[in-house]
Amino acid sequence: MQQQPKAQRAGPIAIGALAVLLVAIILVAILTGKYPVTPGDILAVVMAKLSGGDSGVAPTIETVIWNVRLPRVGAGILVGASLAAAGAAYQGLFRNPLVSPDILGVSAGASFGAVVGIFLSLSVLAIQGLAFAGGLAAVALVYAIGSIVRERDPILVLVLAGVAIGALLGACVSLLKVLADPYNQLPAITFWLLGSLASINRADLVSILPAVLVALVPMALLRWRMNLMTLDDEEARALGVETRWIRVVIVAAATLMTAAAVSISGIIGWIGLLVPHVARMFVGPDFSRLLPASMLIGAAYMVGVDTLARSIAAIEVPLGILTAAIGAPFFLYLLLTTRRGWQ
Amino acid sequence: MMLQATDLAFGYGRVKVGQGVTLSVDRGEVLCLLGPNGCGKTTLFKTLLGLLPRQGGSLELNGKDTSTFSRAQFARHIAYVPQATGTYFPFSVFDVVLMGRASRIDTFASPTMADRAITQEALAALGIGHLAARPFTDISGGEKQMTLIARALAQEPELIVMDEPTASLDFGNQARVLSRISSFAGSGMAVVISTHDPSHAFACASRVALMRAGTLVAIGKPADVLTPQSLQALYGVGVAVAYLEQAGRHVCTPTLTERTAR
Repeated sequence: MQQQPKAQRAGPIAIGALAVLLVAIILVAILTGKYPVTPGDILAVVMAKLSGGDSGVAPTIETVIWNVRLPRVGAGILVGASLAAAGAAYQGLFRNPLVSPDILGVSAGASFGAVVGIFLSLSVLAIQGLAFAGGLAAVALVYAIGSIVRERDPILVLVLAGVAIGALLGACVSLLKVLADPYNQLPAITFWLLGSLASINRADLVSILPAVLVALVPMALLRWRMNLMTLDDEEARALGVETRWIRVVIVAAATLMTAAAVSISGIIGWIGLLVPHVARMFVGPDFSRLLPASMLIGAAYMVGVDTLARSIAAIEVPLGILTAAIGAPFFLYLLLTTRRGWQ
Repeated sequence: MMLQATDLAFGYGRVKVGQGVTLSVDRGEVLCLLGPNGCGKTTLFKTLLGLLPRQGGSLELNGKDTSTFSRAQFARHIAYVPQATGTYFPFSVFDVVLMGRASRIDTFASPTMADRAITQEALAALGIGHLAARPFTDISGGEKQMTLIARALAQEPELIVMDEPTASLDFGNQARVLSRISSFAGSGMAVVISTHDPSHAFACASRVALMRAGTLVAIGKPADVLTPQSLQALYGVGVAVAYLEQAGRHVCTPTLTERTAR
């Protein structure tokens, strides 16, 4: 019989286990909070909303479940899964395990867009729109620069252009922070740049869901080709892969996902960098398993961290602080214990 | 002719590396390219593979002009064994060889059981079936080279292009790779290799081309082309060529006496 790698045989089991873990964390997240909720309440409310009947649960609890905790958990799932999927795609595409979805400037562009919106005192919806557009525009600019420069390693040119544009946008954000009203605007800017799901509502979820789903389609369809994209560009082309257009499609998809996610959550670092590593430990580097595993772990991590963020202190702890405070030590642990090959 | 290059000019972008290269290789043949470092061997190979656009001349596969070939069309005819691979992630040896099937799998599809069976055959043909589950990042240099050759076989090509397939291999692995090359030609494939050891050309090549500064200075049977004079002119050092009865073929070695610098 065929000898297959251990990770390959263990893949479906690992993905099933991660799915169970995600469901457990979702349940804990909905049950956690100031108002006591029982699993029966959740079931009753969800059934009632689906069937249009009466849940029989106290109206306050029903509001807490349906309007507060479920949207927030949903946002955690979407944002965490999106950032992790984009990170997994980018780490393969850029053949580097230290790459995060920010590498081409999507976060820098989104930050700039959002900060401009806050600076101009625009509505929440406009701020989200500007963040989304800023993220897309920054990556488009980076990609355009990368396409002008020929006859060099296309990956290297893209990354360097991303670093430069990111620095430029970072400078613009800093300038706006200096100019912003220190009592009203500056705290809002700071909180946006650290990320939070505190003010999420159902409309936010509905507005980003299509972008995330659309972006997932090419990633899922190109899942096997993505393995070849981790090879040297010329090597992949010699094997018959049209690397140029696959790169455009995957960058567009990852950017769309990331921009949609950060437009409602603000900047949340570390998930896109860290989660694909953990996923690779469970299921190996094959993208057809790495993608679902990354999304499940990303969603579980995000929902878990967000539950901590709203329950460990009297105030909401910004997510960026927690993801880094938990993620960075874990990353160092990986660094110290992973033998080689960045498994 | 399986592959026919006529008056080929090649290089990177506007930079010209070589020109006037006319060569052909047919099924069952091994063409061996010799030349000093930087003479343009790798650039020529990339042009033959369609990875670089040619700057002039013509390139035909089975009598068809390759200008309009897609990457997949090239890959179904020609397989490339690079000097080193850029896999940074711990894909299994099986998965690396399976990647050879890419040009025969639709862009949005995944490998089928048939692709896996062909992969298994390629592993067996190279004698590395036992490595299938090992991470590619963990195996030795010789095993990596065998894996990349197996990947080229899984591509089911008519022509295999190998860029210095024996570079950085130990003595035993060099011999193993050379005997594989001969067996590929024996099974009806065309092979083009470059090497820095003229003895390797005697060991496996049906024809040899000598390259200097981007042009071919000689092409023909090893015994006709690989003379002490031609090799000295090519490399700038004294070379002895002798028939070694125990091996049943010619071998080359530098004489290590001072000769004219190039």
